[in-house]
Amino acid sequence: MPKIKHPVRTPHIDMTPMVDLFSVLLIFLLLTASFRPQEATVITSPGSISEKTAQDKDIMTIIIGKDGKIFYNIDNGKDSTKHTRADVLVEMGKRYNIIFSKKEISDFGKLASFGMPMADFRKWLNATDSKVKEKLQTGIPMDSIDNQLGYWVRYSRLANPNAEVAIKGDGDAEYTVVKKVMDLLQDNKVNKFNLVTTLEKQEIALKDIPK
Amino acid sequence: MAELIVEEKGKKGGKRRPKKQSTRIDMTPMVDLMCLLITFFMLTTAFSKSKVMVITMPDKDQPNQPKTPQSEISAFRTLNILLTDKDVVFYYVGSDKKPLTPFTKTDFSKDGVRKVLLEKNKDLFTKIYEYRDKRITGKLVVADTTADNEIKKMKREDKAGPIVLIKADKNAKYKDIVNIIDEMAICNIASYAVVDISPLELDMIKNAPK
Repeated sequence: MPKIKHPVRTPHIDMTPMVDLFSVLLIFLLLTASFRPQEATVITSPGSISEKTAQDKDIMTIIIGKDGKIFYNIDNGKDSTKHTRADVLVEMGKRYNIIFSKKEISDFGKLASFGMPMADFRKWLNATDSKVKEKLQTGIPMDSIDNQLGYWVRYSRLANPNAEVAIKGDGDAEYTVVKKVMDLLQDNKVNKFNLVTTLEKQEIALKDIPK
Repeated sequence: MAELIVEEKGKKGGKRRPKKQSTRIDMTPMVDLMCLLITFFMLTTAFSKSKVMVITMPDKDQPNQPKTPQSEISAFRTLNILLTDKDVVFYYVGSDKKPLTPFTKTDFSKDGVRKVLLEKNKDLFTKIYEYRDKRITGKLVVADTTADNEIKKMKREDKAGPIVLIKADKNAKYKDIVNIIDEMAICNIASYAVVDISPLELDMIKNAPK
């Protein structure tokens, strides 16, 4: 009896279920992932035990750099039909007599934190080189003569009344600067702040109480 | 590789059959790419969330509201914490004009300012700790919001714990203030506030023993 010839074939694994699962995962992650534009400066947040996560919508962030430079960021809010950032910029433009083009306004809507006086704002919006952009970030002025941060906060509050304030300070920033920012916010009737921190576990038990 | 596609060699002569080709697609590169993308997205989404610590400051401009008179008892409860540079913490009880305890130097370590706060806040801390412990061990089953409200109520009703006033001079760093507010949360301090430092207290820091 002749032997039955088996066709020579490499072993084959059906990858379809795996691909299905991966596709679902990939689509889910793509949709949930929020695109984060480049931040203006690197911040090392101090640690705390707080486990409350920062909300990522309806929040205005005041960033205080190590060197005391102030940066600002506001998001577009939960309602995607509103353009909070664009509204705030237009109001700021009116205040400081700067007319922004439509393209500049829509560009600004997609950007993140910034920190420069209004005089340099158009230069920053139109700069294409990231090094030039970085050089323009000299911090938002907030002294009593030229309180631009105050106006940013005020117009942001008008454009989005639900926005909460977060202070994201570098651990080594001077307290005096932070105090100035808090005073400014309190002048604008903001009495509740979210201090951005990183989670740092601390163990504590009853026996730690001194006798 | 999943499969090698073996092509049939065309035979000469005889009936010409249409070429039989495998309809299988090699999915390996696609799977590779997906794996990479999924890992990338998973890592970026998991690590981008930052935490926040909420503080509420007293309303600044209420000139008509009379200041609460400082009675003997409240002066005794008032714990002043002064922050200055290089992780140094000073504390004293009472008001700046009439300190009830000597001006003492300590630090942010576990045996430093935390010990002071815990000693002052013994009762409330024990109460909240036991409540949380009951929840963790499963003796008490309540929802998170109920537990939060219960703890808030305990803090509100507390009449013996310290009233902590946090003051910082111009040498203090932002992380010092965050650290001290964090200590308040760790030690379950019911009432604390960040206030301005007085000139008398600045002098105290200046004349403090090194």
